[in-house]
Amino acid sequence: MSKSNLTRRKFLQDSTIIAGGLIIPFSVPAGNRKTVLADGADGTKFITQNAYLHIGTDNTVKILLAHSEMGQGVWTTMPMLIAEELDCDWNNIKVEHGPAGAPYIHTAFGIQLTGGSTSTWSEFDRYRKAGATARMMLTQAAADKMNTTPDKCKTENGYVISASNKKLSYGEVAEAAAKLPPPSDVPLRDPSKWKYIGKSKRRLDTPEKINGTAKFGMDMQFPGMLTAVVAHPPVFGAKVKSFDASKAKAIPGVQQVVEIPSGVAVLADHYWEAKLGRDALKVEWDIDPAKAIDSRDQLDSYKRIASTTGVAAAKAGDVNAELSKGSKKIEAEYFFPYLAHAAMEPMNCTVLLSENSCEIWTGTQFQMQEQTAAAKVLGMKPEQVMVNTTFLGGAFGRRANKDNDYVVEAVHVAKASGKNVKLVWSREDDMRGGYYRPAFLHKVQVMPATDGKPGAWKHTIVGQSIMQGSPFEAMIQNGIDPASTEGISDSPYMKEIPNHLVELHSPVVNVPVLWWRSVGHTHTAFVMETMIDELAFAAKADPVEYRRSLLKNHGRNLAALNLAAEKSGWGKSLPAGHFRGVAVHESFGSSVAQVAEISIVNDALKVHKVTCAIDCGLAVNPDGVAAQMESGIIFGLTALLYGEITLEKGRVKQRNFHDYKMVRMNEAPVIDVHIVKSTEKMGGAGEPGTPPIAPAIANAIFAATGKRIRTLPLRPEDLKTT
Amino acid sequence: MVKLTINGKEHSVDVRPDTPLLWVLRDHLGLTGTKFGCGMAQCGACTVHLNGEAVRSCVTLVSRAAGQKVTTIEGLSKDNSHPLQRAWLEDDVLQCGYCQSGQIMSAAVLLRDHPNPSDSDIDQAMSGNICRCGTYQRIRNAIHKAAKLQKEGGVK
Ligand code: FES
Ligand code: FES
Repeated sequence: MSKSNLTRRKFLQDSTIIAGGLIIPFSVPAGNRKTVLADGADGTKFITQNAYLHIGTDNTVKILLAHSEMGQGVWTTMPMLIAEELDCDWNNIKVEHGPAGAPYIHTAFGIQLTGGSTSTWSEFDRYRKAGATARMMLTQAAADKMNTTPDKCKTENGYVISASNKKLSYGEVAEAAAKLPPPSDVPLRDPSKWKYIGKSKRRLDTPEKINGTAKFGMDMQFPGMLTAVVAHPPVFGAKVKSFDASKAKAIPGVQQVVEIPSGVAVLADHYWEAKLGRDALKVEWDIDPAKAIDSRDQLDSYKRIASTTGVAAAKAGDVNAELSKGSKKIEAEYFFPYLAHAAMEPMNCTVLLSENSCEIWTGTQFQMQEQTAAAKVLGMKPEQVMVNTTFLGGAFGRRANKDNDYVVEAVHVAKASGKNVKLVWSREDDMRGGYYRPAFLHKVQVMPATDGKPGAWKHTIVGQSIMQGSPFEAMIQNGIDPASTEGISDSPYMKEIPNHLVELHSPVVNVPVLWWRSVGHTHTAFVMETMIDELAFAAKADPVEYRRSLLKNHGRNLAALNLAAEKSGWGKSLPAGHFRGVAVHESFGSSVAQVAEISIVNDALKVHKVTCAIDCGLAVNPDGVAAQMESGIIFGLTALLYGEITLEKGRVKQRNFHDYKMVRMNEAPVIDVHIVKSTEKMGGAGEPGTPPIAPAIANAIFAATGKRIRTLPLRPEDLKTT
Repeated sequence: MVKLTINGKEHSVDVRPDTPLLWVLRDHLGLTGTKFGCGMAQCGACTVHLNGEAVRSCVTLVSRAAGQKVTTIEGLSKDNSHPLQRAWLEDDVLQCGYCQSGQIMSAAVLLRDHPNPSDSDIDQAMSGNICRCGTYQRIRNAIHKAAKLQKEGGVK
């Protein structure tokens, strides 16, 4: 047994060691459809091939998730899909994260990934089939034992029950079932028979997250492991010129100081000593002034770029001719800053390195990418790197890093030091670590037609490409990164406008950027929904009525809009000083409408209530969908009120939560979520709640102040009523 | 050597006295339920009880806790039976969960001092705790529920 196996044996939760039972691999390509077990020296069995579902002889139902639990609830939703077909005892379900591996590859994306609000719909069939396959095999095995046939048996709560009411538990027949050939045809239940799907289920990860036992990456501890804190360059990409570690090394507990490509790492027995050591380091950096950008210059340069011709992302009719007719043209320029994800758990990664293998423990949305990147640093094959996924203390896209930044850094530290190491980023490291939502500038010119609807719409977008340099670079077609234009060029409004032109500029800037909860929709929804509101006002139309007239061919948006309007009491009177604003936006396959109710007292904004309606098609776990709407709304509200990363001479100014603020309890509105009863195609829930909230509130602010918001986050002058 | 009483158990730890209590709990004693979020008293993820009061352990030097009583999330109850834990379970409060040890520890002091907290009591006591997943509404409702459970079950 290799050394790595020994480590694994020692540290892995014993639950991954299984003793017999039935294993159902998922319906991955035929060649992979076999169960591979390796015998451990002491007679236990390890899963070497990735299984998804295991029925133990003790009746446990173990589910290895392809996806990472980062708060969005896959730990519960995925088991619901299996339980729906398996008829197991819900209380016997145990969930774990699967390792990196081919069977875990996303059914839609082609790489292993948790993101894009896709988990539930993309696994809807696969997980149910795994459950159904297991149930068929268990039923067959039980029928054989009870001398009857499967068609005369039923399953309930973890038992196979014969016509004569004899019962065998799943555990009792799991071994026998494992010897049967898997069925080739696995019918799924008719929706009318569903017991789980569509009914709210409590989270399975709550018990361990309310008593301190849940393990996040930050919580991994191994005997003899050191903690590393890294001095990062003040400007992105700058390299170490020289460093003096004498003061750092003088701190008791500091064991080693090593240079790595991304900076200088201080390794100590514990975090605190490593942090003091890092503070005591003297590092000279090689900084290229041309790469040390300034936020103010960036805005100016984006403005200049916007006045030039970009790459056309959508086009119809003759926009320029129409824009020059008439006198009612509306022109606006919007600016959106960089945003940090600021997940509650700062980035971290633990690496156990031996000569021939490497074990990684981290919270990641990107297991195989991490595996490949780590292997490359170490000169190993990917199979030699084992990625163990812990709980993620929030992610929002940050833990699907296109350069695998924190994992690669941790592996470099382990390699350079020869030590088992936990890399820990402080909040400051995390805040200044880059991979932000890109800054964007939008320039919009709209000419209303005689009926008040937009007759011509010219839209220029300037901002860095996210997909460039990512595993999804191929999505960039003809110079258009869809992550920069989504929500505009494919907007249901745009499709109806006879003359339109959407142009994109994707400047290259020395600030790493990344997908941030709802990606391009974070800014595009704001522009579209505040502009539409402005047009409604110009047409002297009610904002909801105006949208209805534009969206009449877009049923899901309309359904969400109507439900939100109804539930918010749109059109009904409000307490004195209260105002409403509305927005509706489609993203990640779902349509979400929100009505915000606000007041402004003494130039301070109070968001009293948000009414939200979503059409996500079938909602597998409705309360989970509601939770994601609540979460997405607070996320978007935080960006509207506070979110802003700025740079001065290439240095990120913000450091921590005092200057990169978060919405807190006292500012959190009442949120009332409604789900459209829908038979439409399933969409996502993790992200689509975020885009509409900022424009809904901005539109309410307009109702209160008569002022349009063009720059985020809100400035004090935006709220002045006089 | 610093002597500490944590969750009713005595410990002596060989640590520099200017180490924040947070890192002693996590790195020296393996009590990782108390979380690191900001390190500067901004987020509340590291909240523990020092002699029954909620403190941010990331800015509380271990020397200040010497000889005092510290309670961490691990010591709140043996079996998730604290009214707050029961309410958190029933209301599906949490998401990623990273902030929730701190939320619950802050709420526990609130509930002791205000057995029937108003919304503004909750705002006051809980606004030092950030939840990036935005679970505030559920936290608020669960605190109200826990207050009821506490009344029904008697104060523990
Ligand atoms: S870690 Fe102590 S308040 Fe944030
Ligand atoms: S539950 Fe994720 S930060 Fe609060």
